[in-house]
Amino acid sequence: MRLSPPQTTVQPMKLAIASGKGGTGKTTLAVALAQACLSPVHLLDCDVEEPNSHLFLTPHFSKKQPVTVAVPQIDETLCSHCGQCADFCQFNAIVALPKQTMIFSELCHSCGGCIRICPTNALTETDKPVGTIERGQCDHITLVKGTLDVGQAMSPPVIRAVKKQHDPKYLTIIDCPPGTSCPMITAVRDADFVLLVTEPTPFGLHDLTLAVETLRQLKLPFGVILNRCDIGDQGVVNYCHQESITIMLQIPDARQVAVAYSRGKGLLDALPDLKPQLQRLLNTISQSQQGGQI
Amino acid sequence: MKEIVIISGKGGTGKTSITAAFAALANKEAVLADCDVDAADMHLLLAPTARHTHPFYSGHRAEIVAANCSQCGKCVPLCRFDAITSGPDIKIIPSACEGCGVCVHECPQNAITFNEQRCGEWYQSDTRFGSLVHARLDIGAENSGKLVSLVRKEARNLALAEQRELILVDGPPGIGCPVIASITGADVVCIITEPTCSGQHDLQRLLALTKHFEIPTFLTVNKWDINPEMTATIQQEALKQGVKLLGTIPYDSEVTAAQVAAQTVVERGDNSAALAITVAWNNLYKHLKLINTTP
Ligand code: SF4
Ligand code: SF4
Ligand code: SF4
Ligand code: SF4
Repeated sequence: MRLSPPQTTVQPMKLAIASGKGGTGKTTLAVALAQACLSPVHLLDCDVEEPNSHLFLTPHFSKKQPVTVAVPQIDETLCSHCGQCADFCQFNAIVALPKQTMIFSELCHSCGGCIRICPTNALTETDKPVGTIERGQCDHITLVKGTLDVGQAMSPPVIRAVKKQHDPKYLTIIDCPPGTSCPMITAVRDADFVLLVTEPTPFGLHDLTLAVETLRQLKLPFGVILNRCDIGDQGVVNYCHQESITIMLQIPDARQVAVAYSRGKGLLDALPDLKPQLQRLLNTISQSQQGGQI
Repeated sequence: MKEIVIISGKGGTGKTSITAAFAALANKEAVLADCDVDAADMHLLLAPTARHTHPFYSGHRAEIVAANCSQCGKCVPLCRFDAITSGPDIKIIPSACEGCGVCVHECPQNAITFNEQRCGEWYQSDTRFGSLVHARLDIGAENSGKLVSLVRKEARNLALAEQRELILVDGPPGIGCPVIASITGADVVCIITEPTCSGQHDLQRLLALTKHFEIPTFLTVNKWDINPEMTATIQQEALKQGVKLLGTIPYDSEVTAAQVAAQTVVERGDNSAALAITVAWNNLYKHLKLINTTP
């Protein structure tokens, strides 16, 4: 594919794509935005419990590296069974019995506190794998994908590892996990702008209000994208109007989108006309970053 | 008593709509629980009236009392979560604090307080289909896994008190902490997926999880007619892994219409989705009778 030179430069920035509710088309939009972009772009798949961006891109993954967290391990011969580590641990990851001290590493948050506190130096840190990150290339898109190992509970360490791959030279699109709890917050925290993808249904509206409250608390600028804009009711539109939230783009509910999606084809395959709109969207956000108004 | 947990991996597969329809079909035999505490939506269809509201406390948050802080900076590098800002004014970013207590313990001036966090609320409610235990996690709060466990425990207590045979749980999305909290120790898991590449991909991860916890697993494919070939592939793969099939549900705009009308789709009379969901429920119900009851 030959790239035509960009008409307007999209400034390097971190653009997070999030949604309160899952299944609103967040990933397809993140991928389509990356595809529509005229210059090299980085796509960070931070939805590490269900990373799906690569399904629409078929990148060639060249590098795979493990993500590890530091958890304590015990040298029983040094342990005096004083129980201080278990008392300290806020996450109940250590149980101290009179004759044995047990560590439940899947509950450990890797704070390092127990190691500092142990009076006999019986605890040391060891690396435990919790997931992987992979890096791949697909045309002008560099994809970084994080995957949480099955059976692991905590996704934020993997999300943080994906985000460490951020390169400030490029426009970076972050596909965030759904919801409004720790994984979503870890992913959006330091974004320059957040796009909230929703659909015009009561579920969509309810989850959008939660996501909006979250972003307001984090003091992040954001706009809304209304997907499948012709189903459901007027609730989301009315809410955005009341709250002075900009609906930056509306995407129609076309059967060809659902069918294309089911085959692993992207939004732009089904709706090629969307491409210039997405480019304009990127430009608008980019300008707002330089002091412009949305 | 049997506890059925309904999960989907990826969002948007119709999990909550189908769980609510199951609730209607359970004919008041079940206690309902909404464990999708991060984005609880079931109440929008069930219109619960809360009998009891309880605060949910979980974990602690550190806070520097400026008057006592000497700005020595010792706490900054000790925080593994980058929650303490260095620079002229040392502060803790509340949303980044994991509540580990390291800074509290190490501060030479004892300038850091460590208060218990109110993280949300949980409710016991009445609905037209029986009792519902549900919850709301405060904005940006952590520990949704703990709240999920609490909702399940309370639903179980209620089922015992009301002598109900079933607990029907709307589970959270994903495969991480809240999902693990919602399925450990459950009697059966029912997965609602859709015939898409993403649905298929996530299903593999979910099946690995239910296998890991050795929970009998059932599957229904929603919106099967979007891609009949893939529906067939998904079902064959699932069968090979020992999953029982409950049938498929067609794409039907009545599902969204029901949501807009704050109803379950089976309350809207005959429509293709309602019929298929009824068949799936009857299949599940038949299988449940064959599974040994947990004490
Ligand atoms: S490192 Fe922190 S969370 Fe992990 S076991 Fe030690 S005290 Fe607990
Ligand atoms: S603090 Fe150290 S010595 Fe005390 S119980 Fe824990 S590991 Fe053993
Ligand atoms: S360690 Fe205590 S006194 Fe020192 S900067 Fe931190 S809060 Fe202030
Ligand atoms: S309690 Fe732990 S996470 Fe919170 S600020 Fe202190 S060291 Fe950081």
